[in-house]
Amino acid sequence: MKAPAIESVGARSTLAVMKLGTFAVLGGRIVRAAVMRPYRVRRQLDEIFDAGVRSLVIVCLSGATVGASLSLLGYGTLSRFGAEGFLGALVGHALVRELGPVLTGLLVTGRAASAMAAEIASMVQTEQLDGLRMMSIDPIDYVVTPKALAMIFVMPLLYALFVAVALYGAFAVGVDLLGVDGGQFLTSLENALDFGDHVLQGLVKSLVFGVLVGLVAAYRGYTSEPTSVGVSAATTGTVVTASVCILIFNYIITALWGV
Amino acid sequence: MSSSAVRDLVVGLFVVAGLAAIGYLSVQVGGLNYKGEGGLVLVAHFDDIGGLTGRAPVSVAGVTVGQVKAIQLDDLLRAEVTLDLDPGLELPTDTSVAIRTAGILGDQFLALEPGAEEEFLRSGDEIAYTEDALSLERLIGKFVNNAGLE
Repeated sequence: MKAPAIESVGARSTLAVMKLGTFAVLGGRIVRAAVMRPYRVRRQLDEIFDAGVRSLVIVCLSGATVGASLSLLGYGTLSRFGAEGFLGALVGHALVRELGPVLTGLLVTGRAASAMAAEIASMVQTEQLDGLRMMSIDPIDYVVTPKALAMIFVMPLLYALFVAVALYGAFAVGVDLLGVDGGQFLTSLENALDFGDHVLQGLVKSLVFGVLVGLVAAYRGYTSEPTSVGVSAATTGTVVTASVCILIFNYIITALWGV
Repeated sequence: MSSSAVRDLVVGLFVVAGLAAIGYLSVQVGGLNYKGEGGLVLVAHFDDIGGLTGRAPVSVAGVTVGQVKAIQLDDLLRAEVTLDLDPGLELPTDTSVAIRTAGILGDQFLALEPGAEEEFLRSGDEIAYTEDALSLERLIGKFVNNAGLE
């Protein structure tokens, strides 16, 4: 008896569960490599340089323009009601809780995570990881873990820099260009935002996104096919999966945190 | 300096800048502070607090001297508001507190009006004289009812 439709459903389900299992095992191995000796400090610093410092320019530039355009947008609406004084509160809420973590996550995904997946995938393709194994060096410990940890480490830092620069951009446009009172802008910003409700939420989000992006890129790169198509599939897959995960988890965290 | 030392320096600068940004967001924007429990904590009871919320400012003569720490319902079903004020503040024991609104549409805050007693309130004391929030709807209701009677 043959039922090809049901068979294919079964095969797909098994494959999905297998992939999820591989993902979890890889995550576990990264955690183990992170806490157990040897600690590869030099590798770690190099990866932080690649993922963090090299993302700095794009993150700051994006932050400044996002803050500036948000200020323009908010001013247009608020000034109709004579409520320009609340511009700081509007910009601060939007940036600290939602736009800051999400845009930083997406930017880092596009700039650093894609490169990370491509690098690991091309090392798979050129059998460099096998070479490491032959020298009895665990490639997870030497190659993958420092990259994933760097992603987790730099994400909150880049988030904070993004928001700080964006607030400065919003201030520059709102106060210097549109003529909102500077003191009013800062007062409404500082009164509207609370550490526990807003800033901490942004920090937690960026940390979660860092874990997500780091693990997805590690998984896609490490499990890629050893072909040139495999390298490009790993890169594309990382950007797509990580971006969608960021947006979904953003909603979940916002909903759980309460409004 | 070797190239790896330069790189370490740049990474260090990046981390310090990131931590500084986190600090700025937490302390300056988020209002996180480490005043601890040393502040002057007072309690006041109201029949109606209107739209007063936690972290609302508390002022004396318009100068902010603290904030609302907690709001809860007491045994007599009145609103119990806990105030966290600057530690050095010397308020006479017959000080009164009123819920005011900043402008017509602004947020609500607590205004303290110092009395004339010689003794000062200490942490944990209760402010006896309170004035409820002014409810615009209730005022209009009263006005309409009175107008109807005449």
